[in-house]
Amino acid sequence: MRAVDAIMECLKAEGVEVVFGLPGGANLPTYDAFVDGGIRHVLVRHEAGGGHAAEGYAKATGRVGVAFATSGPGATNVVTPIVDAMMDSVPTVFITGQVRTDLIGTDGFQETDTLGITMPVVKHSFQIRSPLEIPRAIHEAFHIARSGRPGPVVIDIPVDLSRADIAYAPVTDLHLPGYQPNVDGNTKQIRQAAKAMASARRPVIYAGGGVVNANASQELVEFATSDRFPVTCTLMGLGAFPAPHPQWLGMLGMHGTRTANYAMDEADLICCIGARFDDRITGKLSEFAPHAKFIHIDIDPAEISKTIPAHIPIVGDCKNVLTKLVKEYRALEVDTSRTDEWWEKIGAWQKKYPLAYTDSTDAEIKPQFMVQALYEATGGDAIVTSDVGQHQMWAAQHYHFNQPRRWINSGGLGTMGFGLPAALGAQVGCPDATVVCIAGDGSIQMNIQELATCAEDKIPVKVFIMNNGYLGMVRQWQELFWDKRYSHVDMGSFPDFVKLAEAYGATGMRFTDKSTLVDDMKAALATEGPVVVDVRVTREENTYPMIAPGQAAREMVG
Amino acid sequence: MGEPGTKELLSLDELEATANAHSGRKHILSILVENKAGVLTRIAGLFARRGYNIDTLTVGPTEDEQYSRITLTFDGAMHSVDQVTKQLHKLINVLKIRDLEPADTVARELALFKVAVEGAQRAEVMQISEIFRGKVVDVTRRSIIVEITGTTDKIEAFERMVRPFGLIEMMRTGEIAISRGRGET
Repeated sequence: MRAVDAIMECLKAEGVEVVFGLPGGANLPTYDAFVDGGIRHVLVRHEAGGGHAAEGYAKATGRVGVAFATSGPGATNVVTPIVDAMMDSVPTVFITGQVRTDLIGTDGFQETDTLGITMPVVKHSFQIRSPLEIPRAIHEAFHIARSGRPGPVVIDIPVDLSRADIAYAPVTDLHLPGYQPNVDGNTKQIRQAAKAMASARRPVIYAGGGVVNANASQELVEFATSDRFPVTCTLMGLGAFPAPHPQWLGMLGMHGTRTANYAMDEADLICCIGARFDDRITGKLSEFAPHAKFIHIDIDPAEISKTIPAHIPIVGDCKNVLTKLVKEYRALEVDTSRTDEWWEKIGAWQKKYPLAYTDSTDAEIKPQFMVQALYEATGGDAIVTSDVGQHQMWAAQHYHFNQPRRWINSGGLGTMGFGLPAALGAQVGCPDATVVCIAGDGSIQMNIQELATCAEDKIPVKVFIMNNGYLGMVRQWQELFWDKRYSHVDMGSFPDFVKLAEAYGATGMRFTDKSTLVDDMKAALATEGPVVVDVRVTREENTYPMIAPGQAAREMVG
Repeated sequence: MGEPGTKELLSLDELEATANAHSGRKHILSILVENKAGVLTRIAGLFARRGYNIDTLTVGPTEDEQYSRITLTFDGAMHSVDQVTKQLHKLINVLKIRDLEPADTVARELALFKVAVEGAQRAEVMQISEIFRGKVVDVTRRSIIVEITGTTDKIEAFERMVRPFGLIEMMRTGEIAISRGRGET
């Protein structure tokens, strides 16, 4: 069997139903195998689009996303998605072509050191040196990508090796002696955590993307409701706990709710589940949650006590740990009234500091209003992807996610241009779902070529561009912290997104009036095929509330 | 300290204070890795990108050809050692890491010294070498090469002794280390 046909067999054995990619010289043989391979291939227009599509697919479905690229520029184009997948722990496998073995190291045409370039940003990588290594590498790659803390794995295959004739036999025994993720969680530590939670007077559960990755939302809800624990989620964790819910405080961090941030600030015990105390969460580290002790549950031991020393560290899969934690907690005799005072305080914050904004008095669409309108138009029942910037924060604040895997965005790396290809991937993975992308007028242009992919492959994503004509978040920082000396943030009035959408074979619309916005959006959502809506919003609106950089949570502004 | 996003100016002193945040006693890490291409790059790269400085690094085969041993020394406060170890463990090819306690460890380094000597100085350098249990491995009319094995301290002491004669070159391997007693390192 040709090695490339073995690749197809391996992918099928791993349950792969779709690959996102773009062919080139160094993966010509692999693409030949797609002709009869029995695996769907979505031809993207740029390898970065393919990488982000694989991420969107993985985040929406929980399965491993797969992207193919050729050598040289093909491989360097997927570097951004690889880093993005590393930062946000997205299970992905990237298979890149490489120049033939006798050209390696000679600066051959389209040669680049793909392994070297990606080494700092992958969970693991394989350089194929013999065609016989290919099947094992693929199976090990999938195992590594999806287990433990998920992440991207790169397999680099020289073109001559992919043309080899090999005897293919399925690989069932993986040999990874240095890789044994600890998933169970230490029972004694879990018991201790339960006891600590039972005696805490001002507890907070702070949950992150790890809960989503572990499919542990149900367990999180059970744990939170086994008492009356207040819950906040990170940007990556939204949907892990259903919003709205009486115990839901909203998102925390730089643009989180005051309630969530104040609760962290005054908590006596914080139970961090599948999150990593990112600087966007902690603000000024020395003043972060000054009264709290910390329980830290994470699959990755390196995250525990990395920035915030944990009093009760628990290494394990969130689902396993939470299941045991619920059991331990229910076995305890707990005085649930001990948190009454705490809830009084939280209730007062919620009442005093709702997520508010001043609406326009005319037809002008405020960006927050736009997200609320979309929430209404979709019945809160869509997969929402976003790019990076103000629109991302407003989407996170005002679209209330009541299920996991509904909110797909680039958190750690903050990659502009993520939203559209991620929506494409999510739609391929969930063909029956409504998939909308909330984009910025800056971000959308960084991977807008994927509209052609959507049109050609009939992938009916609905893109809502929050168009303020600015690189809005940078503008906001220049306004607030650089004396409003605007430097290169004005995007002007081009392109015409409606015409552009039509040129790409999508439907283009433009909405400017808030009074009809919900109905207009419903019409857009009901339109067949991909749709791009240019929503004109207030030009200079700031994302609030905000913890200014380097400040503590209690100093939130706006 | 401010963030890059704010216009507050950073003084160089502040930057230096950040850079020096981790320093403490010397650590010897003994790392058992799979004998595969690229493993050393992964380890060296991890140190570079996490901002840890490697003092010495040696790599060699072990009693089992599937594995190699990397002995690595660096300066670090206890907190960062914990992070370094955990981060190293995340590398798929890393099997085992020991942060060796100096008291329970035999550590050795090999060094070669090329010293400029003329006339009576030669005898003097040879005498010093003998005290350090060194071996003269090459002699010419105007130079001598001495081989010294021992702990880093011993080698540094020898260096101090011969430098005044005119130290032409010095080559050091970096330390290798093994735990005392019957148990495996």
